[in-house]
Parts: sequence; structure tokens; C-alpha cells
Amino acid sequence: MAGFHKVVQSYPEALEGLKNGMTIMVGGFGLCGIPEGLIRSVGNLGTTDLICISNNAGIDDFGLGILLKKRQIKTMIASYVGENNLFEELCLKKEMDVQLIPQGTLAEKIRAGGAGIPAFYTPTGFGTLVAKDKESREFKGRFAILEEALTADFSLIKAWKADTFGNLMYRKTAMNFNPIMATAGAITVAEVEEIVEAGDLDPSHIHTPGIFVDRIIQGQFEKRIEQMTIKSSIGSTHATQS
Amino acid sequence: MPLSRDQIAKRIAKELKDGYYVNLGIGIPTLVANYIPKDIQVIFQSENGLLGVGEFPSEADVDPDLINAGKQTVTAITGACYFSSADSFAMIRGGHIDLTVLGAFEVDETGNIASWMIPHKLIKGMGGAMDLVAGAQNIVVAMIHANREGQSKLLQRCQLPLTGVHCVKKVVTDLAVLEIHNNAFYLKEKARDVSLETIKRLTEGRLIIEGTIPDIEV
Repeated sequence: MAGFHKVVQSYPEALEGLKNGMTIMVGGFGLCGIPEGLIRSVGNLGTTDLICISNNAGIDDFGLGILLKKRQIKTMIASYVGENNLFEELCLKKEMDVQLIPQGTLAEKIRAGGAGIPAFYTPTGFGTLVAKDKESREFKGRFAILEEALTADFSLIKAWKADTFGNLMYRKTAMNFNPIMATAGAITVAEVEEIVEAGDLDPSHIHTPGIFVDRIIQGQFEKRIEQMTIKSSIGSTHATQS
Repeated sequence: MPLSRDQIAKRIAKELKDGYYVNLGIGIPTLVANYIPKDIQVIFQSENGLLGVGEFPSEADVDPDLINAGKQTVTAITGACYFSSADSFAMIRGGHIDLTVLGAFEVDETGNIASWMIPHKLIKGMGGAMDLVAGAQNIVVAMIHANREGQSKLLQRCQLPLTGVHCVKKVVTDLAVLEIHNNAFYLKEKARDVSLETIKRLTEGRLIIEGTIPDIEV
């Protein structure tokens, strides 16, 4: 049958072709906007020696923490260890190869990978451990280091809505790394809250054009909250931070 | 008396100017948002993809899809917008953020900052901090002047792995407000009832004291 058939009915189908030793990108920031079912399914498949690119590594028993616990990840590429005790422990004991990358450099490496740009210069990290063994050059009186792009065999992302052509929309801060990872995967799988017919999403409101998306699966999301903060619990009228 | 965490935040809030886009780091910097001067408007950026961070939500308004970079549930102000991590760091690395406030383990007299790991002991990861210190127009560091053993955190040279080089120009501690230039800490204000001798003793880097030093008003 001719046409675009991106919607798959099962997780094994969504992850078909995933093999030991492959590189995967996983969307999300903390536990916000993560492809929960796809991660769980990688856990169930038991794929090992994965190189995993994601901003964080979940918490001990949720998100990518599941794959850490089962030692399925050989190399973790991330910007923040944060509150994941197992990640920090594996990191300090050198049981897992960990590359910590500044968050903006990580985002740009992924963006560049998806856009066919092999490398770029950035001042971020100059003069720090991040610059070790990297070329540096001066531009307009400022030093910058050469950073190489990242791509993946599979990008596992989470979106709010997809249409059957793979056009995606995200919701609030659950967007984060998902749109750029969508562009950088040889196979991009989107786990979404709702699948609609092509034409049902306003073309002006699409965040990720369908060309970047290969497979779509309807997910069920628990959406666990990492740090529940409510007005009265803090006694402050205003919250922000980064 | 040394300043409390809230008082440090309150003093830093005076650095905010009308029309600023501001990024606040985790810890004391987060508290700065509680002390915005009444007569100005500023917009807070959170690097996970929100411009216009609002208050913490009421219980009914909690939304797991709406968090700040500390993974805390928040709200968005009227006129806020969401975007990808790539756009977020275009704002940060492109120099569009007017002021960044962040914490640190150490700063030194050359403006270096260390904030993301203690070898063999603690690895937090740098998150967005390296991008922020490389890209922001203006950086204020909020920190404690010395540890409990009385060892200074304002050093000649940072001992811990760096987050950025020659980028910090202002530090607000529990004891003092200092500016960094010409490879020295210039004492600008001091906490009330804290003596100059105490500040001298607890500042390992080169400290310059010129004229009369006013008390920090908080």
C-alpha cells in the first residue's frame, strides 16, 4: 500500500532494529517530556552496551534510571547528574563511561547533527575540563573550542500530539530536547499522548515537521513529578530559577 | 551578623533593572525572584524552555509538563512562551540574557568560577552553567564567603575544576559585596557588624579596600 504509514501498534514494532551497542537519544528534561513507554520497552528488550544521549538520566526507578539500574548503558552522554544517586555512583566509581557536556553545547551538538553540520566553535567551556584535547581558535578576540555534532541510530522522543504524517506538537516545557533529537536520529520514534488524522493539526502550529519522524506510537503517560513545589509549601510568592 | 540566604537574595535583587531578562540558578539565586523591586518589571528565563517563569502553582494548578530547570513545578506568567533547548541556549549563548545569577563552590581574583564538581566526591554536572557564564552580559555569583572551617571560598586561584574563566565581575556573599577586576576583589559593601578584619581574614584572594565601606542594606 502506497503512502506514509508511520503509526505502529506495539513497542517491539516501534523499536524494531534496535541492537546492542547502538547510540540512542532520549528526549526529556528531568522526568518532564520523556518517552516513558519506549524507555521501559528498551528495558524489557534488554538491549545492552548502549550509548545513551540525554540531558539527564532520570531518577533511580523511573525514566532512564531503569536502564542504568539494569546496566544496559555503556556510555552516558549528558549535562546533569543531579539527584540521581546511582548515576553519580556509577560516575564516581567509573563503572560507566560518562561524558558530561554543557547543556547548550549538548543541544547544539544535536541540532548540528540533525542539520548535517559536522562541527562548530563555541566559547562555552573554554579554559575548563570540557576543552581538554579539543582544538581552539580565537574569533573577534574571544577563544572558542571545536565541538563535534551528535547523531543517533535511534531517537526516542515524546510529543503531545502527532498526526498520521508524523507532524508533532509539544506541550509547555515538555518540549525541551525533543524537537532537536527528532532531527538527529537515523530512526526517530515519537511516543505521543494523542494521534490525529493528517490535517487535524494547524500547519502553522507544528513544532516538528513530519519528515523527521519515522514511527509514531500512542503512549500512556504517568508523568511523574520530580520536585512538587506549591505556593504555600515554600512560603514564597514567586518562584523561578534555572 | 552575616547575611541569611534570603538577605543575600534580597541584596542581589537590587542588581535587577527594569526590562531585564534574567536567568536564576539553583539554590540562593532562586530566592532572588521573591525580592523584585516593586517599580520594575523583569522576565525570568528557565533554560529548560520557558521565558516568563511565574509563581509556584497552587495545588490545583500543578502541571507535570510545566517545570523550571530545578525540576520544580512552576507556573508561567501571562505573555510567557515555551521553546526547545536549542532556542533556549540561543538566548543564553547569543548574549540575550541581561543578567545571570548563580551559585559557586569557589571564585577567584581573576574572575574564574568553579561550581560543578568536586573530584572523587561530588559530581553534579555543569548543566547550563558553563553556557550561562560564557554567554551572559552580566554575572552575579551568590555564595557563602568561607566554609565552616573558616577556609575562604574567595581564592587567588580556584582549586576545583572550572565552570568558566575570567567571567565573574560581582560576588555577593553572606559577609560582603565585592567586584572583581584587575585581578583583585574590591570590597564594595559589608554586612552590618562584620568587621573589615573578619573579611580580610576570610578572603584568600587579593582584597582591596578603598575608602569607607558602607553596610549592605537589606
